Amino acid sequence: MYTQAMDTMGKTDAAEPKKPVRSAEDVAREARFEARIDAGDFIEAKDWMPEHYRRTLVRQISQHAHSEIVGMLPEGNWITRAPTLKRKAILLAKVQDEGGHGLYLYAAAETLGVSRDQMLEALHTGKAKYSSIFNYPTLTWADVGVIGWLVDGAAIMNQVPLCRCSYAPYARAMVRVCREESFHQRQGFESLLTLMQQGTDAQRAMVQDAVDRWWWPSLMMFGPPDADSPNSEQSMRWGIKRISNDALRQKFVDATADQAKVLGVTLPDPDLKWNDARQSYDFGAIDWDEFWRVVNGDGPCNRERLAERVKAWEEGAWVRDAALAYANRQALKEAA
Amino acid sequence: MSDTQKTEGSARAPTEARGEWPLWEVFVRSKAGLDHKHCGSLHASDAAMAIQMARDVYTRRQEGTSIWVVRSEQIVASDPAEKDAYFDPMADKVYRHPTFYALPKSVDHM
Repeated sequence: MYTQAMDTMGKTDAAEPKKPVRSAEDVAREARFEARIDAGDFIEAKDWMPEHYRRTLVRQISQHAHSEIVGMLPEGNWITRAPTLKRKAILLAKVQDEGGHGLYLYAAAETLGVSRDQMLEALHTGKAKYSSIFNYPTLTWADVGVIGWLVDGAAIMNQVPLCRCSYAPYARAMVRVCREESFHQRQGFESLLTLMQQGTDAQRAMVQDAVDRWWWPSLMMFGPPDADSPNSEQSMRWGIKRISNDALRQKFVDATADQAKVLGVTLPDPDLKWNDARQSYDFGAIDWDEFWRVVNGDGPCNRERLAERVKAWEEGAWVRDAALAYANRQALKEAA
Repeated sequence: MSDTQKTEGSARAPTEARGEWPLWEVFVRSKAGLDHKHCGSLHASDAAMAIQMARDVYTRRQEGTSIWVVRSEQIVASDPAEKDAYFDPMADKVYRHPTFYALPKSVDHM
């Protein structure tokens, strides 16, 4: 799944004091680092890197990981109510994948010197963000299909360029994620197509309703407009980000508008129309106030999602402790 | 090789918070006859759990027929800061490659 332009959310970072003086050695190291970036080199975990590069990556990768893990909740909501055994098995596999993607990404972030527990602490206290899309509810079965088609579709657009991220452990994790992700989008579209082509009028209306609710939040997944993404330029410069928010969003709209026709649904945007001169679809204005409200904690499900994560973590504490105590005792026995 | 192991002279090793399960590096053999290849890392309380989790995390689509796990702290690695000095001496020894030797066409498949 599922990053969005997390680089806009580092408000705490902005407050951190900048180091006033850099040694000559640091300046030389930084020049060598910049030269490697310019040459298209990958940066590995143990290579020297500027502190700001490290911090930007820790923030982005950990928030990406949190998004995968929190992203299990809206769909997990439907596992017990999937309409057939086949759909249930598919959904289980998909949700398990999201958990796996979270783990690849936490591991990639850990190579930068932050611990798993520190990252979870940041999530649980609300200091770290996750993708705003998961703060919307899954009201009907059609939502599961629409999440696959639109949300995973948007995520893939976002993630494919990250396979070429300059930070190699992140890039390697993304290669694995992208390889597994395409089934997510296809199963969603196929599920919706089945409802549209073989379903009842009520089922078709259910699909349209789900599309109406998820379309705009999906467009928001690409993050604020380029003009309002002050950190993007540095991330582009460092090869952490390869394509701008607006360019990716346009690419998504162009791909999706045609898919909607195949599906037989209407995208809820009266301004959506083909622009022959641009060879792209024009589309209407996005409600950025809603985006920021959801990012800053006031979406429909923010409190519920976070509470569920914290509850799972706290109620699992005794299991983690017991497993560690058992391992320690076994090690002692073997040593004796 | 691994991203998370300690390295002599490395700038920073991952901090392991108290009570956190130790970190393991995972190596998977994708099919018989091939090498085990590093594919990532995970936290587990002991070796048996590490193997089981590696199966669940890294081989959900038949990517493996065999798994190795090793505690990350047990891996010793060369120092990336010394990379140039350490590996450069091999750069000027072209005579170690078969292509260095020009032979008549009739026997060049040798």
